[in-house]
Amino acid sequence: MSEARLITTYRHRLPVRVMHWINVVFLFALLMSGLQIFNAHPALYWGDASDFSSPALSLTGKPGPDGDLRGETQIGGHRFDTTGVLGVSQNVYGDPARRGFPMWSTIPGPRNLAQGRRWHFFFGWLFVINGLAYLLWSWRAKHLSHDLAPTRGDWRGIGKSLWDHMRFRHPTGIEATRYNVLQKLAYLLVVFVLASGIVLMGIAMSPHMNSVLGWMVDLVGGRQSARTLHFIIAFSFLAFIAVHVFMVLVSGPVNQMRSMITGRYRIRERPTAPLTKGDHVKE
Amino acid sequence: MSKNDRRRFLEMMALASGAALLGGCDRLDKSKSFRALLAMADAPTDFALHALTPENALAQEFTEADLSPVFRANGSINPQTPEYLAMAANGFANYRLRVHGLVRTPLSFSLGQIRALPSRSQITRHDCVEGWSCIGKWKGALLGKMLDLAGPKANARYVLFHCADSLNNDNHRYYESIYLSEAYHPQSILAYDMNDATLDIPHGAPLRVRLERKLGYKQAKYIVGIELAANLSGFGRGKGGYWEDRGYQWHGGI
Repeated sequence: MSEARLITTYRHRLPVRVMHWINVVFLFALLMSGLQIFNAHPALYWGDASDFSSPALSLTGKPGPDGDLRGETQIGGHRFDTTGVLGVSQNVYGDPARRGFPMWSTIPGPRNLAQGRRWHFFFGWLFVINGLAYLLWSWRAKHLSHDLAPTRGDWRGIGKSLWDHMRFRHPTGIEATRYNVLQKLAYLLVVFVLASGIVLMGIAMSPHMNSVLGWMVDLVGGRQSARTLHFIIAFSFLAFIAVHVFMVLVSGPVNQMRSMITGRYRIRERPTAPLTKGDHVKE
Repeated sequence: MSKNDRRRFLEMMALASGAALLGGCDRLDKSKSFRALLAMADAPTDFALHALTPENALAQEFTEADLSPVFRANGSINPQTPEYLAMAANGFANYRLRVHGLVRTPLSFSLGQIRALPSRSQITRHDCVEGWSCIGKWKGALLGKMLDLAGPKANARYVLFHCADSLNNDNHRYYESIYLSEAYHPQSILAYDMNDATLDIPHGAPLRVRLERKLGYKQAKYIVGIELAANLSGFGRGKGGYWEDRGYQWHGGI
């Protein structure tokens, strides 16, 4: 390792970097205004309509035995006391109040469905425009076919890649300039399943669009199912972001952040060293 | 700076920027110009909703088996305005619906006359802006047929619904509005029956509008007047509806 030379490579092209950081802002605005909207009726259902007596999920607040408000999260047949975070949390005056998600997680903080909707649709449009721009560019600039589509070698190496990830072993050489197969699959899932899915499930909730997309609403089980899926996908985004940021932190955060800001990524080059069994070079 | 100091400093910075971000969003939200910027998304949404759907495309309809066991009543559920109490006292026997504004012949209808108009029955899903949905069966007079009796003038662009209830028990009466063209949608009806019974007070007796491609707040209840107008500026705070005046989108389609 000591003889390894550090060389700087160009890893992320400008459009990817720009659209990535724009998306960070849009996604958080959408997630947080979405929770504000959810708080107007903090319950989820499956089917066409809401069966108020048996929601799939609900966040409620009821007075406990001591008279203080207790927050309760119900998922299917399970109930959890989530006082302080879900169901009951502080209002603007610092008093416990009935609230689905807490103020720190919503835009605006205080309850305001009208403004939550304004933020959500404003950033919803921008998210769609940014997403379409990304798809168009990725296709024209061959980002999709060259960088994201898994190769045959990728598929063959998927077991090894999994094993490397579990041991937090990340390539530092020339192979670090390419996405590994799990990365490719994760990004493809985010773009083609999560991002497309969340937009479609949002549109499926529109009673106006229902007049032409009724088949799609039926396909997912009804409008309340679409709303539930919209919510599940939003939290899948959150889970993706958590893993994504974790991977950045464990694989050299400074190098990774620099490459996403300036495009430049440093790798170790070992031109003379013979390949050993554990090395991660394609083919 | 030792490594520990640096870590603590970074942690503090992360916390502070997080707090600034959250506080910043709330400050932004209070800024008039930022609110105006956000509201700029409403026009493209309205445009897209109409551009992507044929004018007469029907909202999904359901079967008797799909009817919600409990159809939640929201907003005003028991109006206390003097004019409403007077109407309700004798079972709406003296109820009149005025059709006025930019029409050739202003008209006034009794409930019996409204029931005699061409009607439509539909089992549809009611979507509240809060997020929940209920399925109900509605029967009512075709709104377009009624407007044709009065004869919209060429400059009429909007249909306003004037209501007898006041959500805050003050002088503001509930009102709503739609494009004139939307009044001619096949599912736009003035409903007097719900689930095969006379419409009850919580759901808008004696007459409410059903606009099946719109959210619940557009489905005005306790309607006493229908007015055709060229623009919305002369009504309420000028945004075309009680909730629209309080920050909700006029299109009410998503």
